[in-house]
Formats: sequence, structure tokens, C-alpha cells
Amino acid sequence: MHKTWWKILGSVLVIYTAIAGLLLGVPHLAILNETIRNLYFHVPMWFAMIVLFSISVFYSVKSLSSKSEIDDIKAVESVNAGIIFGILGLITGAIWAKYTWGQFWSFDPKQNFAAISILLYFAYLILRNAIDEEQKRAKISAIYNIFAFPMMVVLLFVLPRLKDSLHPGNGGNPGFNSYDLDSRMRMVFYPACLGWILIGYWVYTIRFRIRSIENKQQHN
Amino acid sequence: MKKIFFSLILLMATMQLFAQDNGVEMADSLRSSGKIYVVVMCIVIILVGLLAYLFSIDKRLKKIEKENHIGK
Repeated sequence: MHKTWWKILGSVLVIYTAIAGLLLGVPHLAILNETIRNLYFHVPMWFAMIVLFSISVFYSVKSLSSKSEIDDIKAVESVNAGIIFGILGLITGAIWAKYTWGQFWSFDPKQNFAAISILLYFAYLILRNAIDEEQKRAKISAIYNIFAFPMMVVLLFVLPRLKDSLHPGNGGNPGFNSYDLDSRMRMVFYPACLGWILIGYWVYTIRFRIRSIENKQQHN
Repeated sequence: MKKIFFSLILLMATMQLFAQDNGVEMADSLRSSGKIYVVVMCIVIILVGLLAYLFSIDKRLKKIEKENHIGK
């Protein structure tokens, strides 16, 4: 958490993504045109969010058995950091949708379910704020989080595939993986995902460290 | 290690050969006129600035942690 090398690695990967993602060649596809490059910027936001929410659910489970306050703080701060990436993903998705589907928000199943899964995590934060007693708060919110996580996975990856979604990879629409994620795009897409996951994890560690200092000062 | 690195570089160089052209409008002219590099530069500057800011926050936090005797 305090080491520097992975922070530098994340920074380098993200900067590489911005350069290579804009300059390297991409498949020429109708409607998508150059917006296919959004794969390098919009999709990694969701990957970073899912990784952060996975960290959160891991520490929620851990805090139930360890009853440690640190695990509880880790769980809430990774949700806090993950939500930022989720909101960025929603906004970039809406902008992309305006120029490919014609509207910012066309109530596409993928968009709706993504918004609902963000709301699930807003509910988690509100639930936490509603309970004053610390141990009760840790326990109830950990259990809520354990239920919210599979809900989020189902909302993002299962339900949009069953409905008629316009989003690539859903509702009969081929995903980027199947026909146009060629080797050129993979060379940018995978580093982009790793880079943004590292940056997301970094933001989470900063939040966690600030929170634990605040916590220590409160107890003193 | 060196061998792997060089073969990777060579692989990247051949990637360009697979570029296809099926008449769909792309920003080729924009790129050839060189102005796309302006945008790339701006994005990189913004990213570098934000990341440097993150590093400086990290550094300040480390100092505060030391003052508060929070172990690693």
C-alpha cells in the first residue's frame, strides 16, 4: 500500500493509453467510427469500479468475522472510490450513446441497470450514515454489501444480455471481443484496464489512509 | 529478457500492416494533418498534472502518517 512502484506503473499505463489509444489504428466500422476508441477509456472505468467493489465485499466478509474497525473502513472507502469510477462510466457512456444511439439516455437496459447498480451502492453509504452505533453499523452494512455485490454483478453482466440492449456485447449485439477487438486494440485495451484499476486502487488507499488518521485522532 | 522485448517491439511494428480500408469515414486526414497530436498533448498534460497531484497528496499523507505514528 505504501510502495511506489505500482503507482508509477499505473500512471505510465494510463498515459500510454491516452497516447496509443488516440494514435494507433483501429478497425473501420460504420456507426462506431472513431468512437470505437471509447473502449480504451469508458470500459476501464467499469473494470476499476468492479475491482474496488470486490475489495469492498472482501473486507465486508472479513469484518464480519474479525469485527475489526479497520476492515470496516476499508470496505466503505473502496465503495467510495468505486462509485467515482461508476459515475464516470455512466457519464462517458451517455456521451457515447448520444453520438451512436442518438440520445444521451435512451433507457437502454444496460444504462438503466448500470444506474441501478450505482444506486445500490449509494444506498449502502446512506445506510451507513443512518446508523450511529459503530459495531451495529459495521455489521449491518457488511451484510448489505454482501447482498449488493452479486446484485451488481447480475445487473451489469446477466440481465442486459437477456434484454434487447443496444450496448455492444448485449442482447444479441456482438461484443468488442467477438469481431472487432483485434490485436491492435488488445494492446491498448488490456494496459488501459490494468492502469485504471491501479489508479482506482491508489485512490482507495489514499482515502483509507486519511480515514484511519481521522479515526485515530477521534479516539485520542 | 532482451529477446522478448525486441520480439515485442517487432510485433508492434507489424501491427500497422493489418490496417484495413473499407471506405468508412475515419479521422485519417485529421491525423495526417498532424492536429490530432495537439489533442493528445493536451490529454497527456492533464493526466500528468492530475497524477503528479495524486503523488503529492500521497507524499503529504505519508508525512502526516509519520507524525501520527501510523505504522506501515
